[in-house]
Amino acid sequence: MSWVLALPILIPLVTAVLAFLLRGSRMGDLASVAGAVASLGVAVLLVGVVLDRGVVAGQVGGWQAPYGITLVADHLSAAMVLITAIIGLAVAVWSLAEIGPDSSRLGYHALFQSLLGGVAGAFLTGDLFNLYVWFEVLLISSFGLLVIGGRKQAIDGAVKYVTLNLIATVLFLAGAGLLYGATGTLNMADLRGAVAASPDQGLMTLISMMLMVAFGMKAAVFPLFFWLPASYHTPHYAVSAVFAGLLTKVGVYALMRVFTLIFVGDIGYTHEILLWVSLLTMLTGVLGAAAQSDFRKILSFHIISQIGYMVLGLALMTPLAVMGAVFYLLHHIVVKTNLFLIAGVSRRLTGSSDLYAIGGLYRSAPLLAALFIIPAFSLAGFPPLSGFWAKFVIVRASLDGREWLVAGVALLVGLLTIFSMTKIWAEAFWKAHPDGRQPALAELPLSARWQMMGPIVALAVMTVAIGAFPSAFLDFATKGAEQLLDPAAYVAAVLGEARR
Amino acid sequence: MNSLILSVGARFLTGLFLLFSLFVLLRGHNSPGGGFIGGLIGAAGFVLYSFAAGVEDARRALRVDPRAIGVWGMAIAVLSGLVSALASLDPFTGLWLILADLALSTVLVFDIGVYLAVFGAILTLVFALEETV
Repeated sequence: MSWVLALPILIPLVTAVLAFLLRGSRMGDLASVAGAVASLGVAVLLVGVVLDRGVVAGQVGGWQAPYGITLVADHLSAAMVLITAIIGLAVAVWSLAEIGPDSSRLGYHALFQSLLGGVAGAFLTGDLFNLYVWFEVLLISSFGLLVIGGRKQAIDGAVKYVTLNLIATVLFLAGAGLLYGATGTLNMADLRGAVAASPDQGLMTLISMMLMVAFGMKAAVFPLFFWLPASYHTPHYAVSAVFAGLLTKVGVYALMRVFTLIFVGDIGYTHEILLWVSLLTMLTGVLGAAAQSDFRKILSFHIISQIGYMVLGLALMTPLAVMGAVFYLLHHIVVKTNLFLIAGVSRRLTGSSDLYAIGGLYRSAPLLAALFIIPAFSLAGFPPLSGFWAKFVIVRASLDGREWLVAGVALLVGLLTIFSMTKIWAEAFWKAHPDGRQPALAELPLSARWQMMGPIVALAVMTVAIGAFPSAFLDFATKGAEQLLDPAAYVAAVLGEARR
Repeated sequence: MNSLILSVGARFLTGLFLLFSLFVLLRGHNSPGGGFIGGLIGAAGFVLYSFAAGVEDARRALRVDPRAIGVWGMAIAVLSGLVSALASLDPFTGLWLILADLALSTVLVFDIGVYLAVFGAILTLVFALEETV
């Protein structure tokens, strides 16, 4: 059992080594893609196992929980690993067209694969300190990916990113240390019982706040998001696509895990904070986007506002709301990565990412325009695309809880999202190019056209499929939410029936 | 940096740092220490050397590209965890080879891998930052 859980982490790491040894050659690029395919295979296997048996756990090194490091997969973890593998493959293929020999020689593919390994590790680990280790793996590889573009602006963004994220990890480490001192365990399933049984509930709430700030900074929630718009528009498009899809979601995942499994002693306090944080995150993100005129900057601010919806689902803490958060998480990763990939193609065709300096894509590249509409309208929540169901569930959950203000804000933010998407549409696609250029896809070499458009089409098809057949995905998310809200199966899988 | 004391001192201290890092690496099996902290201490030695003598000299003294050290470290660490598949055990289960008083294990190999990975990664970052600043 533990091998199925360990392989999604090990395959990217082995691929990273191979890609580094073969760097700069065609073989290195292909090794990265082959590794991504293998990861996808294992992830499908893992989801199959989880659907079949429910929560599965494995002990690394044969050391029994709570002493060893546990790897656990419930519905949420397994789905996150699968979506990571899908995004990994899509961006690995897309990178072939964007990443030149210079970045490839510097080890782009190795860093990219170790980032994917770190993301999978964070989703699968059942140990708080191990989660910290994966955060460090993520931080180091993402720093490498940010500077690999090598421009001055990129290094400026990377330094901001790393400094602020280091503060978050230090806070996380301090919180974990205090928690270990107070309870004597860092195994997350074991912590559930230990935190509930602790005589010092005030300290537990304090520690939960430290973790909330640390994960909140990773997830880019209000008021800790400022590193994100400062750094996401500077690196290669492939890099910002994978960051936009996966990195902040690791923070959201950590929040969801910790605030459903461990810190549920004082929900009236902790989740009330999360609620206000999520509302402000949604609003500031979408208003920030309205003021921008750069393709990627608009999308970056929208990451922030969408993160708000996911945290909102967690904050409401009802079965429907948490289900909405899980569904939102999965839908959003696909949509957001796709939008950044489309931004990359548009940059390649029009020569700029400044919306006022480009245009004409609707006339000269109608395929790209059609493919932009799908994720853009999904992001804004148009039926029948995936984003509609995600927003529908969240708004429904807040109406059920008689949170009128919350529902109103969620709807308003959806409306403002349309405003931003329309702005991109009007500037980049509709109006004529100010220099009179006719940017067509045919200008790209044939191989680059396939490598860039293939992943975009695949992700767009996924968005449409989730929207057209939502019941299967909603059922899956419902099961995931049930496991989050009643972690008995999770705890039993990790610690064994006896200690339940 | 132009300081006689630093450049003379660094020559001795770098060696001491490396020796101490190996000590910490080896004692890590049963006591505080291990590959991660050992790698950090070893890297600190070379960082000090690069402050005193410049990045170019530090790279020359290291002889091997720090990125390669890091990647090989990662390869060693991952492979040591995969070996247990041959004995059909959980990943990263320690396998032991006991020769009279000498106990060798895949756990030590893993720690050496982590040492090299951390050593290489930190030096890659620091050298790159020093060169751009």
